Amino acid sequence: MAGTVKRDYSLVGESTRIAIETGLASAEWYHTDVPRKAIKELMQRSDGPAIRDTIIWMVAILGSAAGAIYFWGTWWCLPFFFVYGVLYGSSSDSRWHECGHGTAFRTRWMSDVVYQIASFMLMRNPVTWRWSHARHHTDTIIVGRDAEIAVMRPPDLLRAALAFTGILDFRYSLPALVRQAFGKLTPDEKSYVPEMEQHKAVIAARWHIAIYIATVALAVFMRSWIPVVLIGVPRLYGTWHMVLTGLLQHIGLADNVVDHRLNTRTVYMNPISRFIYWNMNYHVEHHMFPMVPYHALPKLHELIKHDLPEPNPSMWHAYREVWPVLFRQLKYEDYFLKRELPLTARPYRGEFHEVNMSAAAE
Amino acid sequence: MADWVEACAVDDVEEEDVIRFDHGGRTFAIYRSPDDEFFATDGFCTHEKAHLADGLVMDDIIECPKHNGRFNYKTGQAKGAPVCVNLATYPVKVEAGKVMIQIA
Repeated sequence: MAGTVKRDYSLVGESTRIAIETGLASAEWYHTDVPRKAIKELMQRSDGPAIRDTIIWMVAILGSAAGAIYFWGTWWCLPFFFVYGVLYGSSSDSRWHECGHGTAFRTRWMSDVVYQIASFMLMRNPVTWRWSHARHHTDTIIVGRDAEIAVMRPPDLLRAALAFTGILDFRYSLPALVRQAFGKLTPDEKSYVPEMEQHKAVIAARWHIAIYIATVALAVFMRSWIPVVLIGVPRLYGTWHMVLTGLLQHIGLADNVVDHRLNTRTVYMNPISRFIYWNMNYHVEHHMFPMVPYHALPKLHELIKHDLPEPNPSMWHAYREVWPVLFRQLKYEDYFLKRELPLTARPYRGEFHEVNMSAAAE
Repeated sequence: MADWVEACAVDDVEEEDVIRFDHGGRTFAIYRSPDDEFFATDGFCTHEKAHLADGLVMDDIIECPKHNGRFNYKTGQAKGAPVCVNLATYPVKVEAGKVMIQIA
């Protein structure tokens, strides 16, 4: 990729054509060598950890909601809404994610139930988002192919900042559900949802919209804001933690490469954030081995860290690393952060990607 | 006439596991179920080109390592998104400690 090429993030445009023609789409990705016995052990499913975590999650959601209702009309309701909002608007993302992969529980129906609940909390169509995430794993940060690139280049910093409020997501997600409920899918959605699955997306959207209508009707009937502040609106005030943790997954790193060590970041986080995020801070590990459940990711990390860039020791450290890269990308969008590998790692291989390494900061 | 081809020795596949077998430019997956029966399917997921032999066998399910798509490896049935197309299966027999599959 010589010189700066304007990126086209649509999934049916020029970058899509280039990605397919150059073999970047559906490519063979780099994997750290792990003995079959070891990875098989790590992949094993178990209901225990996810049942425990889901009970804690549900009790915390219901408890904080009860506190918020009890103290409604006083300042004391705010800390309860703070907790409730994060559980509803942020931790639902990791539950959606893990249950979408089907790795959280061994029992499939448990994954499916939590997946549907979390999708609703996030205002995400459970069908379209399942497929967009499959694409994200096939073509991680491949421009024109990946439907889940959070910060495009050149970065829109105002947009990135507003993401913490949930306003942009809310403004996109709710109208998208309404559109889908009327049976309309965009060309991008049609590019990753197979035709035989598209009607399911429409049905799911109708269910979501029906629940929102019922919530508003209840609020009108009760002459109270409580129903909407508890259902739907937490997607606004509780989404900040999801963005705080989720943005770090790929931001500022390479695009159009087929080595997750170059385009994905692992960050050490505090135990509360890791509970909310279900260990997705081990994100390089997750992308390399998406079959490994969230509770086994720390073990996987220990097993393969010799082959990965040094993780960021904290979110603060990671954001400090990202800021200068974003500012540089405003003027020179090919610029990215190339992370150093330890001496024990297999080096980045030129034949695995076509990225312009001269644009990299090391 | 379909040929019987030696795929592997019985001991090459652990119980509740899968291995890859390449033959004639094609790739197959050979499974050993928890009740010690052998099965064979195409080696690649029908969703995208990922080797099922890198996946996880749970009871009668093989889960693809790339997108966690699930198939019943005994029948080839796709068990839901992101896999929608069934997997081809092949007859298997065990003779003198060898796993044989019949390839059309």
